[in-house]
Amino acid sequence: MSVSGKSVLKRLDWFSVLIYISLVFIGWINIYSSTFTDDNPSIFNFSSLHGKQLFFIGTSAVSIIIILALEANFYERFSSLFYIVSVVLLLGLFVFGKTIAGATSWYDLGFFNLQPSEFAKVATALALAKYLSDIQTDIKRQKDQMIAILIILIPAFLIIPQPDPGSALVFFALIFVIFREGLPLYYLGIGFMVILIFILTLMFGTIWVSIILGLLLALFLLLKKPSFKVPIIPVALIYVAIVLFSLSVNFVFNSVFEQRHRDRFSLWLRLEKDPKKLEEIRRDIGYNTYQSEKAIESGGKYGKGFLEGTRTKGDFVPEQHTDYIFSTVGEEWGFVGTATVVILFTTLLLRLVYLSERQKNDFSRMYGYGVISILFVHYFINIGMVIGVLPTIGIPLPFFSYGGSGLLFFTALLFIFLKLDANRLNELT
Amino acid sequence: MRKILLSSIILLVGITFIGRLSYLQIFSFSPNQILEDPAIKAVYDYPERGYIYDRNGKLLVANQPAYDVMVIPREVKPLDTLEFCNLLGIDKERFISQLNKARVYSPRLPSVLVPQLSKEDYGRLQEKMRRFEGFYIQKRSLRYYDTNSGANVLGYISEVNEWDLERNPSYAAGELKGTTGIEKEYETILRGRKGVKHIQKDRFNRDIGPYKNGTLDTLPEQGKQITVTIDKILQEYGEKLMTGKHGGIVALEPASGEILALISGPTYDPALLVGRERSRNYSKLHYDTISKPTFDRSILASQSPGSPFKTINALVALQEGAITPETTIHCYNGFYVGKRKRGCHCGGGTRNLNSGIYLSCNAYFAGAFRKIYDQFPTSAEGMDVWEKHVKSFGLGTFLGYDLPTGRPGRIPNKEYYNRIYGDNRWSSSTIISNSIGQGEVEVTPIQLANMTAAIANRGHYFTPHVLKKIGGDPISIPEFTEAKHTTIDKRHFEPVVQGMAEVYKKGTAARLQIEGIEIAGKTGTVENFTRINGVRTQLTDNSVFVAFAPVDNPKIAIAVYIENGYFGSRYAGHIASLMIEKYLKGEITRVDLEKRMLEKTLEEEYAKPYSGQPFKINERVW
Repeated sequence: MSVSGKSVLKRLDWFSVLIYISLVFIGWINIYSSTFTDDNPSIFNFSSLHGKQLFFIGTSAVSIIIILALEANFYERFSSLFYIVSVVLLLGLFVFGKTIAGATSWYDLGFFNLQPSEFAKVATALALAKYLSDIQTDIKRQKDQMIAILIILIPAFLIIPQPDPGSALVFFALIFVIFREGLPLYYLGIGFMVILIFILTLMFGTIWVSIILGLLLALFLLLKKPSFKVPIIPVALIYVAIVLFSLSVNFVFNSVFEQRHRDRFSLWLRLEKDPKKLEEIRRDIGYNTYQSEKAIESGGKYGKGFLEGTRTKGDFVPEQHTDYIFSTVGEEWGFVGTATVVILFTTLLLRLVYLSERQKNDFSRMYGYGVISILFVHYFINIGMVIGVLPTIGIPLPFFSYGGSGLLFFTALLFIFLKLDANRLNELT
Repeated sequence: MRKILLSSIILLVGITFIGRLSYLQIFSFSPNQILEDPAIKAVYDYPERGYIYDRNGKLLVANQPAYDVMVIPREVKPLDTLEFCNLLGIDKERFISQLNKARVYSPRLPSVLVPQLSKEDYGRLQEKMRRFEGFYIQKRSLRYYDTNSGANVLGYISEVNEWDLERNPSYAAGELKGTTGIEKEYETILRGRKGVKHIQKDRFNRDIGPYKNGTLDTLPEQGKQITVTIDKILQEYGEKLMTGKHGGIVALEPASGEILALISGPTYDPALLVGRERSRNYSKLHYDTISKPTFDRSILASQSPGSPFKTINALVALQEGAITPETTIHCYNGFYVGKRKRGCHCGGGTRNLNSGIYLSCNAYFAGAFRKIYDQFPTSAEGMDVWEKHVKSFGLGTFLGYDLPTGRPGRIPNKEYYNRIYGDNRWSSSTIISNSIGQGEVEVTPIQLANMTAAIANRGHYFTPHVLKKIGGDPISIPEFTEAKHTTIDKRHFEPVVQGMAEVYKKGTAARLQIEGIEIAGKTGTVENFTRINGVRTQLTDNSVFVAFAPVDNPKIAIAVYIENGYFGSRYAGHIASLMIEKYLKGEITRVDLEKRMLEKTLEEEYAKPYSGQPFKINERVW
């Protein structure tokens, strides 16, 4: 069962690889543009950010070779170890962490700042797949459900106090994997309800939510078939629970949230009704989003052209080479560029779903879903934030945003799966 | 279901994103990118405003540099404040408060610390400037006046206001524009066109280079110089004569309609509205409600013309055949309207057209006026004909000269009297005052001068104008170069001109003869009233004079209107005579007369209505 390098390349899903390469390339072009200054035009200047990113791309290429060269079952076998190491690294941050921009999320390795939360994403995806694919594990059992969820929550809770709630949020996305493997759907239903009640309460207040919910319930009781027996007590309890939750939302929003969180929500849900004040909030609290929206808008259909983005050049959008890199695409390449990127991501994700589903090996499939969940949640939150449909949550756009750890571990995340996929026929023999 | 859940969410999110992006980039996209983009700043390069020259090529208005001391608060390093304040000529408190003000405005952007340094201060400061980091000197251009007169006709420039910005997209906030006079009328010529540079800015508003390598930039277009028809010497001389007198003088060249002088008294030095003291000076001028120096009486003061209007009535009567030059009318030291007697100063006796004019006989012109109306079955028809003739002299209209303000004056018509007296309940006797230029007729000095020019030309005039050349090329504007004909036949003018010439020989202005120049003129002594605490009160008569010279080949037509100057020959006649001599001879031979005119003022007269005491009018003061 030896896998020669040649056969890996032959069986590798080149379609995904091609999309990966396109995304990295487009990303780098835009990093180059957003960090470009007239006095520093050299592409291979490693002191500039785009030069550094080029170095990270090279490093990622090397890591791809290593990942593909290793035995496929290496990842499954050592997944628990990776997970433990990542948890230790996250814990270690509390002692040895380096603080950048207010978040203690890095280890200073001298030449390179390592962000263990990026590593933890890969490790957690592997560990979760490993646990769920274990023959002992039955996802229908509540105890096993809890352990699976715990695997996700441990790193998440270690990351929150860094503080980096954005990265922590990513781990919750792994719940998709558990769903795929049989976690009852009402978990998802409850989660969805919680978010819905949360938003509705903020927008309309507890009283209206209770009244409307009560009316809907009454309507249901009136219209139901007489033969259908309604379990009165549980329904009433659920109703009371919802009202209580709605009340607690107000409490959490007003007392637990900080002002900046409240502002983000009130901006996102347009809670401020006075258009003048809203505009003020947009420019003030929502400065990043306002600038990125305006930059994207100013690109029009075809954009202003490479290196011609006036707002990009003028550094109007903060963090443009990292979290807001998509706004450069919008300004310089227009709708054509942004739509292309969205389509590339959508295609890659759908392709990965297809690849996951064709796995014969449970571990590979579950890991595949882990990869999709992580990539998707990054892509969804990041672009959603940049184009102003989601509140500001700072996480990078995979393969795009400037950053060594990010690019390296997204690459590892993807290529470990592609390696597993390339190896799937070997599993049969 | 579980298998397609994630795929559906991925697809749904993709579609949502594409939808949002198409909303942003396709529907919200506005094509005015350059104007709205905060990253691109348009920096304007202003051309020099065009110079203004007088008819003989003498400079009237040019530009002068002014030096603003600017500060960028962020770049200020510790400095010797005391020395710097001494150099600037300000005290330390002011320096500190100005610096704080600038810092509040923006620490990164330049603010004016001390505006408009004099050349001397600038000279002293310049060599030491490099020692004070964060400060620099910015040059800007102000108007410079090479004359202390003509403020009303030249006009001034000031910063554009909100209204201008809304109406005219070529202005930007803080720019200067002509606000009155020639500066306003010929704004587009004088201004030129500003050039624009698009500068790429970063989010701190710092320059980071030209936008698109300057391909969208334009160069400034120089403002053109203009030559005006004003005679600088005559204008200055007239304003000197007007010292202490309220009124207007308008001098025209009858052969072209060119305005030689447009004088309003009292006036002010145009340099007052330039530079550091501008706003203080402006307030002072603006709030002087008694002498109203910013009110251009030469084109805005609409008043009764008095006797000079008799010439027009004579011409109308001749044209309509109501009289011939030989027609005589007897003056009983006045004339009767019904049973009421109206006075006359001519001395009484039988008058024909000639003596009627040179003695300014009220009775003669009242009679002639009646005769016009007697030609027609109704007064209304007579009125129509009279109005048509009178208006053909440019009276009762805005004339169409090239200055931004004006008044139409008033030539009453039948509708006017029908409104006052009821339909057809009036006759020539009711409106007889118009025969001698009192009553409802009102004219402005420029209309009076234009009327005189039409008589001088024996039947036509050219619309008065101040523009002579643009950038050295003589104008060819049909409105100004084509003659407007009156409705009076040329032959009727000669007897009237004769009468006006006699005014100087043996009539009301006999003592004002200039040796070697034959002048035709007409005096006017105009009753006028004001309201003091709501009571209609008569004031000393206005002194009016119109004249043109020489009689046979007129080079100048002039109207002088002096408020409360009493007899027409007194102030207005003297001034007209001096102006004509100055223009035609270039020097004054009658030094005594000139001295008297320069020294005499009417301030006492103007103070009377405001004194709160009863006062006498028409006193014989000399």
